Amino acid sequence: MRDRSPDLRIHDFQEVDPGLNGQEAIAEAMLCLQCKKPLCVDGCPVGIDIPGFIAQVAEGNFLAAYEIIRSENMLPAICGRVCPQEVQCEGACVLANKGSPVAIGALERFVADRAREETDPKPPALAEQTGKRVAVVGSGPAGVTAAAELVRRGHSVTIFESLHEAGGVLIYGIPEFRLPKEVVRAEIEGVKDLGVTVHLNHLAGRSITPEELLGHDAVFLAMGAGLPHFMGIDGENLNGVYSANEFLTRVNLMHADRFPESDTPVMQGRRVAVVGGGNVAMDAARVARRLGAEAALIYRRREEDMPARKAETEHAKEEGVRFITCANPVKIYGEQSVTGIECLRMDLQGTDESGRPVPRPVEGSNFVVDADLCIIAIGQSPNPLLARMIPGLRLGKRGTVLVDDDGRTSIPHVFAGGDISTGAATVITAMGSAKVAAVAIDRMLMEQG
Amino acid sequence: MYRIKEKKELADGIYECWIEAPHISRHARAGQFLVLRIDDSGERIPLTISGVDGDDVRVIYMAVGKTTHYLASLGEGDLIRDVAGPLGTPATIRDYGTCVVIGGGVGIACTPIIAKELREAGNRVIGIIGARNAGLLICEDEMRDVCDELFVCTDDGSSGYHGFPAGLLKRELEALSIDAVWIIGPAIMMKITSEVTRPYGVKTFVSLNPIMVDGTGMCGSCRVTVGGETKFACVDGPEFDAHQVDFDELMRRQRIYLDQEKEALALYQNHECRCMGDRKHA
Repeated sequence: MRDRSPDLRIHDFQEVDPGLNGQEAIAEAMLCLQCKKPLCVDGCPVGIDIPGFIAQVAEGNFLAAYEIIRSENMLPAICGRVCPQEVQCEGACVLANKGSPVAIGALERFVADRAREETDPKPPALAEQTGKRVAVVGSGPAGVTAAAELVRRGHSVTIFESLHEAGGVLIYGIPEFRLPKEVVRAEIEGVKDLGVTVHLNHLAGRSITPEELLGHDAVFLAMGAGLPHFMGIDGENLNGVYSANEFLTRVNLMHADRFPESDTPVMQGRRVAVVGGGNVAMDAARVARRLGAEAALIYRRREEDMPARKAETEHAKEEGVRFITCANPVKIYGEQSVTGIECLRMDLQGTDESGRPVPRPVEGSNFVVDADLCIIAIGQSPNPLLARMIPGLRLGKRGTVLVDDDGRTSIPHVFAGGDISTGAATVITAMGSAKVAAVAIDRMLMEQG
Repeated sequence: MYRIKEKKELADGIYECWIEAPHISRHARAGQFLVLRIDDSGERIPLTISGVDGDDVRVIYMAVGKTTHYLASLGEGDLIRDVAGPLGTPATIRDYGTCVVIGGGVGIACTPIIAKELREAGNRVIGIIGARNAGLLICEDEMRDVCDELFVCTDDGSSGYHGFPAGLLKRELEALSIDAVWIIGPAIMMKITSEVTRPYGVKTFVSLNPIMVDGTGMCGSCRVTVGGETKFACVDGPEFDAHQVDFDELMRRQRIYLDQEKEALALYQNHECRCMGDRKHA
């Protein structure tokens, strides 16, 4: 709503948007038309009663608004910040046609932040204990959502997380200036307070065997899409070439920006080139700016084709990230460490099945981008480790775990959701698929008696 | 939090530490590693699992950087914030016939667990351990217990054969029919030693030790070129076919943070001096 000035924000990791205050929230909420058939709710992957919570905000009943949201979504402060509202609830809002939709995301965030800061909300009521044991693999958005839904229905839930902190991509991937870690920790604590057990430092398949895992009454796989893609070009293993996962993990999870107070280092670079056009690429470029480097983004199509949210490309440009579009790296130069990236110009012709133009290299159009650090952000696929260790688990072409509409895998008591089944997508899509699976798991467990 | 059950100095600057971590000890196999982080501002470092006893796992390490010096300053009863594992693919243990298991320097620590599993699988196991001098030799008795034969060497001749493990390995290759060889040690030692077996066409394994962050296949920090393909040592390895590994790239990538490592160590040691009187450093 009111972004901090780019000149200020490239010097710190504080949030870009400081959020609404109470008066602003009430004023915004009063814009809602309270539609009889609210299209915004159809646009929400987790089906929050949006007009319901907004009506409470308009009345100044912030805690009541919070309870409405939290009955459908245990992570509202996170979703209010990172959901692509422009293509979901806000995109569907009837006022969007007239120019400006209700700022549903900002309101959701306001309500969740207010509840966290100023009140002590009651935990939601839990169903009677069923005695059923459910194992959840991964503590990212899908894992945490499924765990919360299942524990509320009375099942005993244990999450296995391989890192030393819960949250998955919310902790290691999305930077502080987009999603403060304090917000993530508080919402995950809220889920743990419901009675979910989290075993950190446990890599499923290794710290707990596939047999032990399958010994639970139900299993929910939510390992995410953690395996970074590389381009397979010359020079990609030079010092100074990072996957976006590594660069972001070093800074977000390990706090390399505070080295040497924090023990983990990161190469900061003076001229950083980021390859890719998604949200992760924007995050990497913007982190590089905050570490003091010039940052350029290399993308093979046009700016308008970038998969990143428009708000993120705008933020990146405001912060001085240079976009080199219609270009694709073919070689990374350097002896020990990176000195430059050779690219080819891309010509866009026709459209592919996703409706985006198809980039084709232009012969002889080679040019070199000066860089001493190269960050590759061209996507991730599911980490195959555990999936390959479970006999009979059917996998899709790109290593995803195949599921039906209920999130059930080829093994009857094993379900999956989030990026492990959809391929790399958004936080809210992961949460939506986790909710669907949790309902199906609950139904299965209750039918067993 | 994970408790240190036992800790001692095995040789000059080389320490043995037993950590209570049942989730690791119950499933650990030869060739796997763990990742530990001492405290909230700590770095995640990979260390090979060199032994298992009930709920406890053993790591053996040399104090070289800040984290290993800090770890060396901890003692029995102290707590480590995070220990994750077992990680990596276990060593490819099967009945090969006659195997040679070679450890160099602190890499010797990884050899008894491999030699033991190889012997249990029916192999005749010859051990070779080498260090700069007699004072830096570790795990000699342990290796003697699990190997059919053990040869010791030192660079300066202060114990056993005067020379490198490569010399002893060549002698064995000429004398016997060897079916498989394991070499674990510093990258340069693995590179040189594995060249000895190449002309004999003997299957040779090395355990690589690149820089890692998560250790679960998520970041790609540990990528190594093996047979012309990029592999992640943390999940595809750490054990690889020695004759396919690009050791020069491995050594280059191990040096990425050399300057920062020096800075962190200097800061730590300076701090350690100023803490004289503190219980740990008194």
